[in-house]
Order: sequence, then structure tokens, then C-alpha cells
Amino acid sequence: MMRERTLNGIVLAGLWLIPLTAWLMGAPFTITLATKVAILALAGVGLNLALGIGGLVSLGHAAFFGIGGYAMGVLASHAQAFDPILTAPFEWSGTKSMPVIWLFAIVAGALAALVIGALSLRTSGVYFIMVTLAFGQMFYYFAISWPAYGGEDGLSIYVRNGFPGLNTLDPIQFFAICAVVLMAVLWLVSRIVASPFGLALNAARQSEARVRAVGLEPYRLRLIAFVISGAITGLAGALFADLNRFVSPVMFSWQMSGELIVFVILGGVGRLFGPVVGAALFVTLEHWLGGLSDYWHIYLGVLLLLVVLFARGGIVGALARRDGHD
Amino acid sequence: MTGVLFAEQVLNGLQSGIMLFLTAAGLTLVFGVMGLINLAHGSLYMVGAFAAAAVAAWTGSFLLGLVAALAAAAAAGALVEVVVIRRLYARDHLDQVLATFALILIFSEGVRWAFGSFPLFLDIPDALSGPVMLPGGIAYPAYRLMLIVVGLAVAGGLGLLIAKTRLGVRIRAGEADREMVAALGVDIRRLYTVVFALGAALAGLAGALVGAIQSVQVGMGEPVLILAFVTIVIGGIGSIKGALVGALLVGLTDTLGGVLLPLLFGLFMAPSAAGATGSALASMAIYILMAGVLIWRPRGLFG
Repeated sequence: MMRERTLNGIVLAGLWLIPLTAWLMGAPFTITLATKVAILALAGVGLNLALGIGGLVSLGHAAFFGIGGYAMGVLASHAQAFDPILTAPFEWSGTKSMPVIWLFAIVAGALAALVIGALSLRTSGVYFIMVTLAFGQMFYYFAISWPAYGGEDGLSIYVRNGFPGLNTLDPIQFFAICAVVLMAVLWLVSRIVASPFGLALNAARQSEARVRAVGLEPYRLRLIAFVISGAITGLAGALFADLNRFVSPVMFSWQMSGELIVFVILGGVGRLFGPVVGAALFVTLEHWLGGLSDYWHIYLGVLLLLVVLFARGGIVGALARRDGHD
Repeated sequence: MTGVLFAEQVLNGLQSGIMLFLTAAGLTLVFGVMGLINLAHGSLYMVGAFAAAAVAAWTGSFLLGLVAALAAAAAAGALVEVVVIRRLYARDHLDQVLATFALILIFSEGVRWAFGSFPLFLDIPDALSGPVMLPGGIAYPAYRLMLIVVGLAVAGGLGLLIAKTRLGVRIRAGEADREMVAALGVDIRRLYTVVFALGAALAGLAGALVGAIQSVQVGMGEPVLILAFVTIVIGGIGSIKGALVGALLVGLTDTLGGVLLPLLFGLFMAPSAAGATGSALASMAIYILMAGVLIWRPRGLFG
């Protein structure tokens, strides 16, 4: 057993060293896998704030992931076709600039989370799970049946969007962008968790009645956490779309929501680096088992079942004790 | 739109609603009695459909296919309950979601491995393949009419089972107070297995019956599972009556929304734009219905 902080250091070192080694050895595919890990981990970090700290089992986070993806798809498709997205009050034909796209993805994710959260948080427990799942599906079916942006076929973006001063077409540079964003968000989330708001949110998960008794409103705490969570997952969606240069309704599918929860749980729910470990394990398994067998989801299912039944706390929980506790 | 066409759509809505009820009933029963959220319920629906398609293709008898669907889904349900689900009753909902999500992966890939990725076909029996004339000059497919009749009969049977039989008394008692029931000498573990297998059998029956008018393929269970969730959230989780009302509301909203909304938008929009907007909104209609019910009554209509 080691301290969680030591394990986090090892994970962070691995996240940077593996793609850098691959870059030196000229293995761009490994860099792409590492980029995928960083982006999915980012989505997981967003979900972990709602799920792990807030105790909100959202089975609809694919909605925010997909909204981020479509924020990128819509803005970039207008820009690549020189087709104005706005004509009044000024003419604007979208953008191919990542920072602007991220801003839209974050705002859109937060707004969607505000509406979905405000409705879903009126319920709790199993209702909350089902209602978030249903709202996620609503976006999925909307994306399929709305023909303006590709409908069921999705949208292809021919050239990856740009970032000032960097060449995003170079895999290692794009990886660096994603990894820096992930680290910035991890830092932000660690500050949120340690802040009075984070402590109150944690308390609301553990004992709602006591939080109410000291005069805090759990509904508001949870709604704020859900909105931040949606914004982070939206940002991850925009990066994921940029990685694939493609968005489709699959990003909204409920399997996506399920997989996001799987990252968080496999890694360790409520642990800062849990989603990073979970996403790394998932992408590795997908790549490795997917190469061994077409039916790799069976093995994933069995593994997940074993973790849930017998190894509570996930991988981080099995390897590390919690800092400052026990 | 003519009255006849409208009546046909209402019947289609009833038919899809009553089939949805068969799936939702098991889900709501399992939640009401055991407090378990089961994402793998859609997989049991799929197991029923595959068993029916395989046995019907082998024996040539649709009826034997239905029997096989009931038996296979009930057996799969009982097996899963004993091996996995039993360990989850005392866990929180997150663990239940994850474990049953894992079961979906195992079921879906297992069926894909056994039957391949191509859809199977389950033919409607010859006797029911034509239309019947209903009063008012409505020609309606006999098979779909049979689905409505069978679904209503099963709903009635389930109501009687729960209200009148010894098993029903135990189910209701288990819902109210599991310690007391166990203290009175009822084998609560076996009761839970029976309830789970009963819910699975209903889902399997629905899968087989609907499989004959749609294709039987891997992944067919998940859309139904999500509709069943919407249904029991609207009706109130744990309530069979709520599941029936919710299922009919969802079935009618989904079917009529798909037909009426494009027509409605056609009144003030260009036809192509009206079709696109109408069908996009229609695909969201049941979720909007659910959101409306939740704002009005957060615990569902009968919760």
C-alpha cells in the first residue's frame, strides 16, 4: 500500500512519459491512444465531481459529452464550408480555433446541465438515474432525427481545428494540449473539492439531513456541482470530436454514459485520479482485448462485475490508502 | 388525415403501449419488491426474442416459440438472480447500475457470439398474417390486434395474481416489510428469485411478440429498456397500475406524436422543414411528457 499522492505522481508521470517515449520511437498510434486516455479521463473527471463527490448517479452524462462534440462539429462545419452561422447582428461563419470552440462547449455543457439538473434533482435515488438516462436519450434521438448537421451519419471535419502557436496535426502536440487541459482541470477540481463548497457537497452526499440542519440547501449545492460537471464533460466532448475529426449521435448514446461511469468506478470513485486510471485501463483493454477477440466486451463485462462485487474502491482504492485518513 | 387513419394510429399506439407494459411490469415489480434497478432487463427481452426465433425456425411453430421465449427468459432471469443479482440487494443503486450494465455487455456479446450479428426473422403465424375488418371500416393487421388482446389478458392475469393468489400476497408483503415476511416463515430468497424470473418471463414474452413485427437482433433490448424506464418514472416506480397507465401514455404519445407533429408544423411551415422539425420534436415527445410529469409530481402518477 502506498499513499494516494504517490500513486497520483506515478500515474501523472506515466501519462506524460509513455507518449513521449512513443514520440521518440516514432509510434504515433500509441500517442493517439494516450490522447484518447487524456480526453476520456477529462470526461470522467467531470462525471466524478457529480458522481463521486456529489453522490449523483448520472446515467446521462453522454448528453454533455455529445453537446461538446456537436459544439465543435457545428462551429467547424460552418467554418469549413464558409457558411454563415449568424447573419445578424454581425456575420459570423463559425470558427476553427480550439479556444473559442472550447468556450462554446463549456457554456453549452453548463447550460444543458443546468436545465437537466434543475429537473432531475427534484428527484433522487433510482428516479434520478432513470431520469438522467432518459434526458440523455432525448438528445440522442434529437441528434439522429435533426437532419441539418448530418443526422444519423454525423459530421466530418476535414482538418483538425487550430490552436494559436501550435501545430495540432502533429500527434504529440495535440496530446500535449489535451494533457495540459486535463491537468488544469484536475487542479481545478482538487481546489473545488477542498473548498467550503466541496466540503458541503461531500457532506450533502453523506448526510442530507445534517447539511439541511446547518442551513445549507443540498439542492443548490448539487445543482452547482452538476453544472460544473456538465461543463467539464462538454469540454472533453469537444476535444474528443477534434481527436476523431468526426461527431455523430453515438457520442450521445447511453452506452457512452455507461462507459463514463465505468471509467470512474474501475479507477476509484471519488478519488481525484480515479478517472485517469480508469480511462487508461479501459483504452488499454479495448486495444489489447479488442485485438485478441471480437467479443472483448464479454471480458470487460466480467471484469466490471468482479470489481463491483468484490473490489469496491476500484484500482486506486486497491493500491492506495486515502491521504490523511485510515 | 382521415378518421380511419387516425384510428389506426391510435390502435398502433395502444399496441406498442401494451407491449411496453409487459417489459415495464417486471422492472417495476423487481424495484418495488427488491429495491433493485435492473439495467439488464432489456437483455432478458432480447433473450426471449432470440429463443422464440430459434425455436420457431427449428419447429415451425410460433406457439412453441412463445413457450420457449417464456421458458428461456425465466430461466435466464432465475440464473442471473442466483449468481449475481442476489448479491446486489443490500448494495447502493450505483453498484446495481454497474453490475447490471456489466450483465448487458455479457448478454449482448454472448448472444452475438452464439447467433452472429445478423438479425434473425420470426414470422407471424399464417392464421394472423392478414388484416381484420373492425367496425367503422378500419382494416387492421390481425397480429397487432392479437398483441393488444394478449397484452391486456396478461395485464389482467398479473393483476389477479398479485391481488388474489398466495404468491401475490407474499409479493405485496415482501414489498411492505421484508423482515416481517421472513420472520413469518416465508423463504424470502426463493420469493425474490420467483419474482425476478416472473419479471424476466414477461419481458421475454414481450420480446418474442414484438420480435415478429420487428427484427430480432442484438441490442434490441436497450431502446425498450429506456422506454420502460420512462414508463415507470411516469407511472411511479413500484406501481403495476402506474406501469400500465404510463405504458399506454408513452405508446400513444410516441406513435401519435410521430404522425401528428409533422402535420401540425405543416400548417405554418414549408413541408420539408415541417417534416424535419416535426419528426425531431416527435422523437423527444415522450421525454418532454416525462419532464412534465416530474415537474407536476416528482414521484410519478401513482408513486
